[in-house]
Amino acid sequence: MTLPSDAPYDIAVIGAGVVGCAVFRDFSLSGLRVALLERGADILSGASKANSALLHTGFDAVPGSLESRLMQEGAARYRQIHAGMGLPLLPTGAVVVAWNEADAAALPGILQRGHANGVQDVRPMGVEELRAREPHLAPEARGAVWVPGESVIDAWSAPLGYALQGIAAGGRVLRNAGVRGGTRDAAGIWRLDTAAGPVAARIVVNCAGNQGDIIEAIARPSPFEIRPRKGQFVVLDKTAYRLATAIILPVPNERTKGVVISRTAFGNLLVGPTAEEQPDRERAATDTAALESLLAQGRRMIPALAQETVTTAYAGLRPATQFKDYQIEALPREGWISIGGIRSTGLTAALGISAHARRLYEAHFAALPAFEEPEGPVMPNLTEELPRLWQQPGREEIICHCEMVTRREIEAAFQGPLPAGDLGGLKRRSRCMMGRCQGFYCSRRVMEIAAPHLPDLVAPIGGAR
Amino acid sequence: MAPTVIIGAGPAGLTAARALIAGGVTDVTILERNPEAGGLPRFCGHLGWGFFDYHRIWSGPRYARRLVEDARGATIRTNVSVTALGPGGVLEISTPQGRETLTPRAVLLAAGIRETSRAARLIGGTRPWGVVSTGAFQEMVYAGGQMPFRRPVVIGTELVSFSALLTARHAGIRPVAMIEEAARITARRPGDLFARHLLGVPVLTRTRLVSIEGTSRVDGVIVEENGVERRIDCDGVIVTGRFAPEAALLRGGPLALDPATGGPQIDCFYRTSDPAIFAAGNVLRPVEHSGQAAAEGAAAAAAMLRDHLPAPAEAIPVTPAGALRYAYPQHVFRDAGAITLYARASQAHRGTLRLKADGHTLVERRIDALPERRITLTIPEGALTQTGRLELELA
Repeated sequence: MTLPSDAPYDIAVIGAGVVGCAVFRDFSLSGLRVALLERGADILSGASKANSALLHTGFDAVPGSLESRLMQEGAARYRQIHAGMGLPLLPTGAVVVAWNEADAAALPGILQRGHANGVQDVRPMGVEELRAREPHLAPEARGAVWVPGESVIDAWSAPLGYALQGIAAGGRVLRNAGVRGGTRDAAGIWRLDTAAGPVAARIVVNCAGNQGDIIEAIARPSPFEIRPRKGQFVVLDKTAYRLATAIILPVPNERTKGVVISRTAFGNLLVGPTAEEQPDRERAATDTAALESLLAQGRRMIPALAQETVTTAYAGLRPATQFKDYQIEALPREGWISIGGIRSTGLTAALGISAHARRLYEAHFAALPAFEEPEGPVMPNLTEELPRLWQQPGREEIICHCEMVTRREIEAAFQGPLPAGDLGGLKRRSRCMMGRCQGFYCSRRVMEIAAPHLPDLVAPIGGAR
Repeated sequence: MAPTVIIGAGPAGLTAARALIAGGVTDVTILERNPEAGGLPRFCGHLGWGFFDYHRIWSGPRYARRLVEDARGATIRTNVSVTALGPGGVLEISTPQGRETLTPRAVLLAAGIRETSRAARLIGGTRPWGVVSTGAFQEMVYAGGQMPFRRPVVIGTELVSFSALLTARHAGIRPVAMIEEAARITARRPGDLFARHLLGVPVLTRTRLVSIEGTSRVDGVIVEENGVERRIDCDGVIVTGRFAPEAALLRGGPLALDPATGGPQIDCFYRTSDPAIFAAGNVLRPVEHSGQAAAEGAAAAAAMLRDHLPAPAEAIPVTPAGALRYAYPQHVFRDAGAITLYARASQAHRGTLRLKADGHTLVERRIDALPERRITLTIPEGALTQTGRLELELA
């Protein structure tokens, strides 16, 4: 099929977070011409770069909510496709631990809610079994609810894989293409004004995350208001990995799900998040006091964490709204699909949300051909669960010694149809500089490989100012 | 015969190799994870190396080349990473050709050191590019000809922080300020005068870094002085000092560690809690200069060359007390001749350094301790007769 180059896309997806990547993927695989517009220099530049990397069961969602349904659908679809794409799934399970009497009194309700959400394998766990499973927990732990289906994944390779599948199916990813406005012409074609030039599309899907209500205002007064919620995390050294096997969840309260301890797919231990409302949509900053508080809370749950060192810390902004549930809606008259308020569960729900978006498209716009899951691509493995490149003969040099990243893996991040667009993108694709030394040993050599592709990072000494 | 394996081809490892070969060991293998041997001095282009071991004043790369030359006879395997260190010194290694298991006669751990990262110090703010350690900065400048920024702020006032200033000057980089939380600089005076008058860099004491700002690249830092926060515009941050041994390989492994040094516990023969594994150089504790690391490499080699070392069961533990942050070796022996203990104070402290054996004083002297200054105390030969435990105290 040949189209004039200025022919409108069938769909423009605004925002290349995990949800946008999944929506881009599913519509592209449905045979539509899709553009994915990202204002950052790379995909995953907003909320999706900094989350807890958990694949939830939805056991603690509000039963009957759209979020609950789409989390389950999303997790189920991930489980179907992950092996074929070489994406990890660490079946850690989770324990919701009661630390005091009030917590213990809340456990039956948590169990009940899990069952109401259709997560039937949730069950109580007595204190002996809990101790046998998690021997490093503080002695105050007095029982738990066991959620076997909760898992850990690689939060960056999965959406990158979705985007690559969309590209392989004919879709186009435009980065540095922030949408500044748009109008709909008489023929019903959206004319979007982006930082990368005009983009025309029949239907717009708003997956703009923390910018969701601003983008929504292009189509209508936004019914939802983004109220960014910041979560700070501390990543502990790989030596801490052994201190927890399951995800350690607290009993949630009204405001927050509380501080979680979990393994990461990269072999670290993660403590977080905080939950802080802030007006700023851009600035995801950590602060020393909050990080110290997270560490203290972690040590209260696992005292041996006191001997562990911090590898890194980060903060992410979740696009919360005034509503508890997702804000997903098709606007047939506007040629628009809104996907807003995907707060902390977007990684889990992404493929459920994209399936839901397809259903909305079919219900309100046009029929789509039967959907077929593609073969591959097989993503480079960055996790400790599967064989890494450094373990293979012929690995050449290791550049990043902390994360055992080879030269070839760093070079590969700049190849293919969606090369790293900035240093964050390089790190997410390769893990280089993300280990315990944070670039002490590898910065120069990483820069040597990266400089031809990312010329703004370093200047030659004695070069022009 | 199984080889003697040294982990790390820096000053300690290379000097140990030279001493082992001079002592008649024929099969010495040095494992180095980088493409070339020489260790961190390779990347420190200004003068100041070789004084203690070669009585010369060389640049770091010159010193590193000499160390490598003098270790000839040893097999240096580069691009080899040790992925596990097991009981008896059994090593799992990753090489370009694949993975191997080595069962050496003895192992010397000389894996060196690094600075504590911005993240590990829990410095808040955003995460833009332009925040680097001194080590990374020097390697970028001297080995890569790379300039990651033009107007950075330098965090810390240790000796290495001033080394960062010299490196900056070499590259034509003009630091806008040097920041120190304490009331005085950590390095010996007149480092601050040197910074201000020779390099034109203001040194801000009693000033705390609150956060690093910027989106893709650093555009400023927020600092606090006397409870007042203000912003300093800059395009980079050099996070200097607070060295920690590169000892992650040991964590969760068979060796006893010392939380105070961050390295393995050793006895006065540089032997770890596993008699087949020795350790020397900066992996033992937060940084000492390369001459000290090299001297320890030689001393460890001398111990490895001995036919007989006392049984670990007879070791006398040494613990730091008072204002001391750490002391090593952590174990000594009765009939081991004169033994030198090394220690550091946690802060500037004028007082009495005292070695106590089972509570009563063996040796004492007045000292004026600074955190940046190594403290040594020698136990005279024959002083440890019936001692069960030793305490090194700075009161």
